[in-house]
Amino acid sequence: MTSITGLLDRRRTIPQKYIPVLVTAGLFVAMFVTGGIRYENFATGQIILNVFIDNAFLLVVAVGMTFVILTGGIDLSVGSVVALATMLSASLLKDGWPAYAVMVLVLVIGGVLGLAMGAIIHYFEIQPFIVTLAGMFLARGLCYTISTESIPIDNPTFTDIAQTRVNLGGDLSVSPSAVIAVVVVVIAAYVLHYTRLGRNVYATGGSEQSALLMGLPVARTKIAVYTISGFCSALGGLLFAFYSLSGYGLSAVGMELDAIAAVVIGGTLLTGGSGFLIGTVLGVLVLGLIQTIISFEGTLSSWWTRIFIGMLLFVFILLQRVFSGGSRRRTP
Amino acid sequence: MRGIACLRHDRAGGALPTVSGRHGNTGEGHRMAAPAPILRMSGIGKQFPGVKALDRVDFRLLPGEVHALMGENGAGKSTLIKVLTGVHDIDAGEIELEGRRVAFSSPLAAQQAGISTVYQEVNLCANLSVAENIFIGREPRRFGRIQWKTMRRRAVEILSRLDLDLDVSAPLASYSLAIQQMVAIARAVDIDAKVLILDEPTSSLDADEVAQLFRVMRRLKEQGIAILFVSHFLDQIYEISDRMTILRNGALVGEYRTSELSQVELVGKMIGRELADLEKLEARPSALEAAPLVEAEQLGRSGAIEPFTLTIHEGEVVGLAGLLGSGRTEIARLLFGADHAGTGSLKIGGEQVNLRTPRSAVSRNLAFCSENRRAEGLIPDLTVRENIILALQAVRGWTRPIPRRKQDELVDKYITALNIRPANPEQLVRNLSGGNQQKVLLARWLILEPRLLILDEPTRGIDVGAKAEIQRLVAELSDGGMAVLFISAELEEVLRLSHKVGVLRDRRLVAELDNDEGLTTDALTETIASGARS
Amino acid sequence: MNRILKHRLFWPVVVLVALLLLNLVFTDGFFRIQMKEGHLYGSLIDIFRFGAPLILVATGMTLVIATSGIDLSVGSVVAIAGALACMQISDLSDQNSVTGVLSAVGIALVLSVVLGLWNGFLVAGIGIQPIIATLILMVAGRGLAQLITDGQITTVQSSSYKLIGGGYWLTLPFGIIIVAVVLALTAFLTRRLALGLLIESVGGNAEASRLAGISARGVLIMVYAFCGLCAGIAGLMISSNVSSADGNNAGLWIELDAILAVVIGGTPLSGGRFSLSGTVLGALIIQTLTTTIYSIGVPPETTLLFKALVVTIVCLIQSPAFRSKVFHRRRRPVAASAAPEEKVRVSA
Repeated sequence: MTSITGLLDRRRTIPQKYIPVLVTAGLFVAMFVTGGIRYENFATGQIILNVFIDNAFLLVVAVGMTFVILTGGIDLSVGSVVALATMLSASLLKDGWPAYAVMVLVLVIGGVLGLAMGAIIHYFEIQPFIVTLAGMFLARGLCYTISTESIPIDNPTFTDIAQTRVNLGGDLSVSPSAVIAVVVVVIAAYVLHYTRLGRNVYATGGSEQSALLMGLPVARTKIAVYTISGFCSALGGLLFAFYSLSGYGLSAVGMELDAIAAVVIGGTLLTGGSGFLIGTVLGVLVLGLIQTIISFEGTLSSWWTRIFIGMLLFVFILLQRVFSGGSRRRTP
Repeated sequence: MRGIACLRHDRAGGALPTVSGRHGNTGEGHRMAAPAPILRMSGIGKQFPGVKALDRVDFRLLPGEVHALMGENGAGKSTLIKVLTGVHDIDAGEIELEGRRVAFSSPLAAQQAGISTVYQEVNLCANLSVAENIFIGREPRRFGRIQWKTMRRRAVEILSRLDLDLDVSAPLASYSLAIQQMVAIARAVDIDAKVLILDEPTSSLDADEVAQLFRVMRRLKEQGIAILFVSHFLDQIYEISDRMTILRNGALVGEYRTSELSQVELVGKMIGRELADLEKLEARPSALEAAPLVEAEQLGRSGAIEPFTLTIHEGEVVGLAGLLGSGRTEIARLLFGADHAGTGSLKIGGEQVNLRTPRSAVSRNLAFCSENRRAEGLIPDLTVRENIILALQAVRGWTRPIPRRKQDELVDKYITALNIRPANPEQLVRNLSGGNQQKVLLARWLILEPRLLILDEPTRGIDVGAKAEIQRLVAELSDGGMAVLFISAELEEVLRLSHKVGVLRDRRLVAELDNDEGLTTDALTETIASGARS
Repeated sequence: MNRILKHRLFWPVVVLVALLLLNLVFTDGFFRIQMKEGHLYGSLIDIFRFGAPLILVATGMTLVIATSGIDLSVGSVVAIAGALACMQISDLSDQNSVTGVLSAVGIALVLSVVLGLWNGFLVAGIGIQPIIATLILMVAGRGLAQLITDGQITTVQSSSYKLIGGGYWLTLPFGIIIVAVVLALTAFLTRRLALGLLIESVGGNAEASRLAGISARGVLIMVYAFCGLCAGIAGLMISSNVSSADGNNAGLWIELDAILAVVIGGTPLSGGRFSLSGTVLGALIIQTLTTTIYSIGVPPETTLLFKALVVTIVCLIQSPAFRSKVFHRRRRPVAASAAPEEKVRVSA
């Protein structure tokens, strides 16, 4: 009997874990096709590439967020860390620091901030929500202590990166930032699927207690994901600095919400242990495409973006609920 | 990451003989009359605030034996296992593994030294695949890249050695608890366990699954692995164990060969009094001429229980017997409105009802003690008092609070009546032992003076003394006119208490037997096994 | 003494007292309360007055968190309530009309409750995790608020409306009176009546509560609706104080402050036991902190830094893990220096 129910269950669960991702992919295609029918010059490859270009920083931030959420945690500090990264870059460049030294320093600071939050979360057993909230205040506060004004960036290395376009053949081109974002995604996907760290992330998210008893380095894993998230946020901040060529303490306000929304729309469960990086990529693309469509529509005001994202979140959460509803019940 | 893992392994490994050395030992062990213990704990003492959990306990484990650790709840079994596996430090005494003194700082350290534990709640990650659960933390890798194919192939090999044929890339969650436990064992064994601790592995398994588990245990025994086995089921202890160590109140009672100790003696040593207590309950009278209280007519729910017809009279104890998963709990849940019935009709006190929620059942004076005390019964963070008055408060609604004096009165009454220890109504329920938690749950319902009390495995996982008290209570309640639906995996218990026994098999109520002189556990077992309607 | 030390409000009280003492040292007459034109004035009064919306939101949040939920949407509800009330009032021919203002306030509060019910429906009806369920309204809500005001900052000139957030009654700022009433009502519902027990029971173990005959769904929906109501009142207070509605910025991040207040007040995010007085303390700590930063002359840009610092310290000293580790290390002098290091790292 066991084997029969086992078989039946299996047949349902294997595709089940891919369904949210497939739904997101389907939605993306549907939105793209609808946009293509409705607007002229929409259904081109460049539109998709532009979504990548305009959201490269969000993509990188969401990758870091995916790691954190897979362990069952959350990182509210990402938006502030992005702002801090732009601020630090701008002010250091203004002081005449070499561009590459600035980049390295910013990335290190982002990583260290994440590391510190991870350590507090793990060793002092304080909820991630609260610790990263403090981190959010801290990073935003540091921005304001640097300056409350926007600082422009005129460093040649930064402006070069901002203006360069990588030609992909035909009329298609992308920014270096988009390339960096894609590289980050590929590395992260490899780490999640093919390394012990990645599998430990899933195990920790599945059951931290069990992971501990199985001898997995839970402490290291949890601290690592927040470090990764801090690093990704700093990198996202650099990309944002390339994109906006300025540093501003009020930039990226609420980006943590976009990142979380992208991860959730991508089918990753906020409880941890289940989800794929490709889902996050699709989540970011869907969010980006909504903005593109609203800009094509022309008459729609900017606040419709938020309302649409909210509605989409609702639909996706409902879908996840429907698909995972059956299996949730079976807890013995 | 890798470096640290290796280092740890070396440290643990350095203190131990090599693998070939271990096999040599085992071989010697078989030749010698009394093999050297693989594990020796001597003079173990462990103090918790206010409690002496272990007091100079000695314990030996021989290679290739199944050793049962026996004792009531609170006797110190769990503590002994926890100090052995490095969850707690010891205050006194020493632990020797293969003749070398050891002290583990964590379960991980114990595991690396060859002591693996499989708990009742499977400590694996159900969201990962079977193969990953066997290999996580030590996945086969090349240049740091996990070799998924190799991993799956080796997982299949390992499982086949335990006679298990599973789809190793399916998530563990898609398998039953029994299989999950065996995967946990497979993992432990593959990690090179010399000592395997099975802490109540059988509590939620049905007979087939237990048999399969025992097959695996015997196979491991042949390989020279020492197994420490904890179970509340005496029959299982006698079936599988070679020797046993009995603890009582944190102290050692003795070490015995299972074949040389009768069940009655064993229980006597565990509880420190005679088994007669348990036997006192008289056989229940069979015929009852009372009004029907609950009449279920072809009640059913697809995927849970086939339509069944069952009548429970006032003052009647109806036992449900059957294997785990045979539909016992499902019947209880339907009668209580915890699940919706898909088909059939239900009458309570002659009135046709449609129970949509437990709330509507409670308001009709039904009560249900779930088999799953922790998840479905108690609120661990609330006090004994709050847990006890909860259902009554729920019935009254939040706008009509129970006056504090009334609360104290009721709670004190039931703490005394049910002998709940500690007798402190402001104690958090999470700090109570299993038996006392069960009594708190019972008290919650008894306050309501229900017409029907549904007890799902009320005596599982609690000590023998509390078990007898609860059985006696059921008999008293029924004598007082309360109807009871009594579900238990222990057939003797069902027989002792019930006027009528419903037998379940494969989610179907296959027989309804009057509990007269002729009904025996053997007859019940046979009905369960054959599924024949008699 | 030991009992005082172990009381769960001990540390929040210590922090609040420390902050007040800091003010005593740095600010002359910090504790002076004056009567001007029949109104009470003073820094302490101001802390209550400016902290009123936060206390309100945090009160609703406490009950939600006690059910082991969370409500991220309160900031959006604050904005929506303010926006709706201001739009209604600006449409009035006579903006000072009491009935007009009352109906505007009524409509805004009804909508707040409806939004709370929506959250409750998602959480209890559909069974979505609270953090995601309320994220929907958090994201969409600001859009809705802007939709209501058409993206403009709507200003009103209504003295009746102004009373809610900026007026005085019986010598006290009206906001303080509203807070006192709401708190008293909450305390009555939860502690005198049995709602508190049911909330703690559902938060402690929802399935067990259902099987005990509690309508867990009803309790949850009620709690989210109440939280929406509290946020709505806070929204009215905030918009009335500045006589305008800003869909984008009104109540921005108030959900985070409210959650902080609850956690600082000793109610765990995991649900179960809750403490209303703790929450009020927590909210006062946050408000006092803001006031203190201004009064001791720290540049306002560093407000957030200080907030991060205090939040971290409060959470750390409340964390049993932290206390046991620090305590542990004190016994072994070798590692004694490790504890302060952790704190330094936090603030750096």
